[in-house]
Amino acid sequence: MTAPLHGLLTADPVVATSGVALFADTLREQAVPVLDAGWRPPLPGTEDALARVMADPRRADANALALERMTSAEAALVDVRPASEVVGLERGTFLHAGPPIEWERASGPLRGALVGAVLLEGLADTAEEAEQQLAAGAYDLEPCHHRGGVGPMAGVVGPSMWVYVLRDEVHGNDSWCSLNEGLGKVLRYGAYGPEVIDRLRWMGGVLGPILQQAVRSVGPVDVRAIVAQMLQMGDEGHNRNRAGSLMLLRELLPGMITADASSSDVAEAVRFSGANEHFFLNLGMPACKLATLAAEGIPGSTVVTTMARNGTDFGIRTAGTGDAWFTGPANTPEGLFLGDFGPDDANPDIGDSAITETGGIGGFAMAAAPAIVRFVGGDVPFALAATRRMYEVTVGEHPVYQVPVLGFRGTPVGIDTALVVRTGELPQINTGMAGRVAGTGQVGAGLVTPPAECFTGAIAALADAVPARGE
Amino acid sequence: MTQHVELRRGAYHDSVSLLQVSRAVAGTPGVEAAQVAMATGLNVEVLTGMGFEVPAAAGPNDLVVALRTAGDDDVSAGLAAVDDALAALSAGSAGTGSQDEVPPRTLGSAVRRSGAGLALVSVPGEHAVTEAYDALAAGASVMLFSDNVSVADEVALKDTAAAADLLVMGPDCGTALVGGVALGFANVVRPGPAGVLAASGTGAQQVMCLLDAAGVGVSHCLGVGGRDLGAEVGGRSTRQALRALAADDATEWVVLVSKPPDGAVLAAVEQDVADLGLRVHWATLGAGRPDLTAAVESALAAEGVAVPEWAATAVPADDAGLTRGPALRGLFCGGTLAQEALLLAADALGAVGSNLGLGTPLGPDLRTDGHAVVDFGADELTRGRAHPMIDPTLRHERIAAEAADPTCGVLLLDLVLGHGAQPDPADDLAGVVRAARETAHADGRALPVVVSLCGTEGDPQGLDRCTDALVAAGASVFRSNAAAARHALDLLGGAR
Repeated sequence: MTAPLHGLLTADPVVATSGVALFADTLREQAVPVLDAGWRPPLPGTEDALARVMADPRRADANALALERMTSAEAALVDVRPASEVVGLERGTFLHAGPPIEWERASGPLRGALVGAVLLEGLADTAEEAEQQLAAGAYDLEPCHHRGGVGPMAGVVGPSMWVYVLRDEVHGNDSWCSLNEGLGKVLRYGAYGPEVIDRLRWMGGVLGPILQQAVRSVGPVDVRAIVAQMLQMGDEGHNRNRAGSLMLLRELLPGMITADASSSDVAEAVRFSGANEHFFLNLGMPACKLATLAAEGIPGSTVVTTMARNGTDFGIRTAGTGDAWFTGPANTPEGLFLGDFGPDDANPDIGDSAITETGGIGGFAMAAAPAIVRFVGGDVPFALAATRRMYEVTVGEHPVYQVPVLGFRGTPVGIDTALVVRTGELPQINTGMAGRVAGTGQVGAGLVTPPAECFTGAIAALADAVPARGE
Repeated sequence: MTQHVELRRGAYHDSVSLLQVSRAVAGTPGVEAAQVAMATGLNVEVLTGMGFEVPAAAGPNDLVVALRTAGDDDVSAGLAAVDDALAALSAGSAGTGSQDEVPPRTLGSAVRRSGAGLALVSVPGEHAVTEAYDALAAGASVMLFSDNVSVADEVALKDTAAAADLLVMGPDCGTALVGGVALGFANVVRPGPAGVLAASGTGAQQVMCLLDAAGVGVSHCLGVGGRDLGAEVGGRSTRQALRALAADDATEWVVLVSKPPDGAVLAAVEQDVADLGLRVHWATLGAGRPDLTAAVESALAAEGVAVPEWAATAVPADDAGLTRGPALRGLFCGGTLAQEALLLAADALGAVGSNLGLGTPLGPDLRTDGHAVVDFGADELTRGRAHPMIDPTLRHERIAAEAADPTCGVLLLDLVLGHGAQPDPADDLAGVVRAARETAHADGRALPVVVSLCGTEGDPQGLDRCTDALVAAGASVFRSNAAAARHALDLLGGAR
C-alpha cells in the first residue's frame, strides 16, 4: 500500500507558495526547496467568477479534451475553389475578419477592403458608389468565422474570390481561407486601387484555376506537417512564413507547371507565388482554424477557440461558451514601420490571423523564429521569453509543433481563459499593421495583445455556465 | 524472426535525431535491425533495401518505425526502446536551454515545475479558493492559510482533495509542521512521537510549545481549519489526517486540538480512532472543559511522561498609592489563546465582551467599559491587512487606548514566537507595555500587564531574551496561556 496523501508525511517536503512572501522566506531559511508562484491579483473584478470556474469539476477533463482535439486535428489542403462554391457565399454578402461589425463602426482598412470587394464583384463602378452602397446597408456583412473560415487582416471575401479548402479527416471538419495577394498595396490591408482590383481579377482568373489543378493533381498536401517543419526552419507561421512558403511551393510546383494553362500564365503564377513570403500564411491560418474548430462546443472547457479582430473590436470565443463573442476595443500594435510611416498611421489590430496564436504558433512559437524580431521589434531574448511566458497561460504543449531551441519542447497551445485572467498575462500576437486610412495598405508589423475585456467577459460567461453544486 | 513496420503520422523529427534513435533501438537485446526515419523517398529506399515492406501510404511527413526482431515477444521491447529514445529527444535537451526560464506565474505551474507535494496558500481570501483548486489539480496537498473562505467552498475543496488522496489544511490554518518543516506560524520544536492535529492555529502552537517544554517532540502538526469538526464540514480533513498519522511510523500518539466538535462528527471521529488503533488525546476547548494546559498534562500523564512546572515569572505588584480600574482587557493575536482566556474569564467574571462569537458581542469599535477579550486575528480585522502576528499595529494602538482608560484594570496579552512571527516582537511589545504603564501611572492608576508567551527554546527570537525584555518592561510572563489568564484574574480579584 502506498503511503496516504501521496507520502506527504514521509517525503522530504518540497513546497510551492502563493501569497505572503514571508512564508516562502521562512521555508527557505529552513533549507526547504520552495518555488513561489509570484502571485498577483487577477484581472480586476474576476475573483468570484474565477472561483466558480476553478471549482467546476468538469473543467480539467474538458480542457484535456480540448487540448487533445486541437493537437490531433489534421489539416490537408484538398482543393482551391471560388468562395461562392465553397462557402455558398451569395452575391451581395461579404465576409470579413474578426467579430461581427457594421459599416458605421468599421475601421479604415476594413472599409477600404469592402469597397475593393464591391468593385471586384462589379456591384459598383466607382469607389464612391461602393462606399455609398455599403453605408446605406446594401450588403450583408458577416464574419469569416461564422462560415468556418478565416481571412488575414481585413479578411474581406466576396463570392468570386478563390479560397483554399482544407480538411481535417480526424474530426470531419473543413475550413477555408482566401489566396494571399502578397505585400504592399493589397485588399487585405485596405487598399482598393486599380492595381489591387486588377491583381484580384488575375488571381481569380488565372492563379486560382492553376492552383486548383495543382492541388487536385499533387494533393492533398499535409499542411500540418509543413507547419511542424517550418518551425524548425526559423518560421513562426504568422509573420514569418518563408520556409513554409518555399515548402508549399515545392509541393505544388509539379502540379502548377503541368497545369492546363498557357506557359506564360503558369510562369506568372509560379513567379507570383514564389515571390510571396506569406504564400503559406493563408494555409497555416485555416490549419489552425481546423484545430480550434475541433475544440469547439466542449461544456466546461475554458480553452479559447477563436481570437480575431476587425480593426475596431478584438473578439474571442471559448470552447465552453459556444458561439458567443467576448469583445473589447482592439489595441494598436507596437513595432516597426515601413518607409515614412509612423505610429500615427497605424490602424488598431485587425485580422483573423490571430488564429495562429490560438492554435499554438505565431507569437506563441516566437522562440522558434528569433529572426522575427527584425520585423516586429524586440530582441532575441524577448522572442524566447514570449514563448516561455505563453506556457503559463496554456493548457498543454503541441506534440507536433516543436521549438528546437527549447529542446524540441512542444509549442504552448490551448489558451486557458482562467489562466489569462489569473495572471493578467495576455496572449502574445505577432501581426502586420494596416494603415488607418482606407486605401493605404500595410504600414508596418509588430506585436500586440488582446484587450483584457475579452477575457474578463469570457470568464464571467464561463462562470455563469457552471452548474450549481449538487445539480 | 519478426518484422514490424508502423507509420506514425505527424510526428516530425530531424534526421540526425532519428539516427540516434535508430542506433539506440538497434542496440536493444532481441532487436536485430532497426530503422526509425521520416518516410522520404530516400529513406523508403533504404528501408526497402534492408528488407522492410513500407506501406504505400507513407509520405515524407510520416515517421516510419521498422524493427526486425528475433521473436514476436521482442517487438514490444523494441517499441518501448523507440518510445524512450523519442522521448529523450525532447527531455534530453530540456534542461540545457541557454536562456533562463521565466518564473512560474501560477501556483499550479509552481507545483508542477517543482514537484511540490504541498502548496501554501496565503493570498487574500477572495482569491484563496482559486489558488487551492489550482494546487489540488496539480497534485499537491494544500495548507490554506487564507481566511474569509465560505463553508460551502471549504466542503467542496475538501471533497475534491479527498477524491485525489490530497489534504486541505484550513482554511484559516495558521500553523503546520510537516516532516520537520514549519509552515506558516510555527514554533521550533524537537522531533518526536507526538502528532498534533489541530482545528486551531495558536491552540496547536500552545500545545506544541508545552509538549516541547515537557521534553516531548512532535512528529507532525496538521491543521484542519477551525470549522472542520463542525456539522457542516463533518470532520473531513480531520478524518483524512488521522488515517495519515496512523500510518506514519514517526507518530505514536496524537493530541487533537479543537473547539467542541459536533456530536455526530465526534462519534464518527471516535469510531475512526478506534478502528485505526491510534492513541488520541483530545484537547477540546469549551465551557466546562479542561483548558489546553490541563489537556496536555493529561496526555503527558497518560503517555507516562512527567509533567513539568510551566515556566512563569510574576512581577511583584507596584500599585502602592495608585488606584486601579475594575475590568479585564484581554488583547490577543492568537484566536485560540483568546478563546481559552475568554472561557476562563467568563467562568470567573460572568459577562465578558468579545468578538469571538462567544461571550457578550462588542460594538464595531470593540470597546466596552466592562471586561473584554478581543481577538485581533479575527477575519473582520485581517481583511486587507496582515495578521497581527506580522503587523501588530492595531493591537498596539488598542493597548495605548486601554492605558488611558480608567476602567481598565489588568491587561492580558499574548505573544507568539516562532517562524512567521515578527523577528523581534518582544522588544516591540515591551516598548508598548512600558509606555502603557507609564501613561496609567501618570494618571495615578496602576496597570498590571500579564503576557502569555507562546514559544520554545529553539525559536529564532530567543525565548529567554523575550521573557527578559517583557519582564523588564514590568509584565508578568507565563508559558501556559491558561496560567497567564488565571494570574490576570487573580490580579483583578485583588483589586475588587
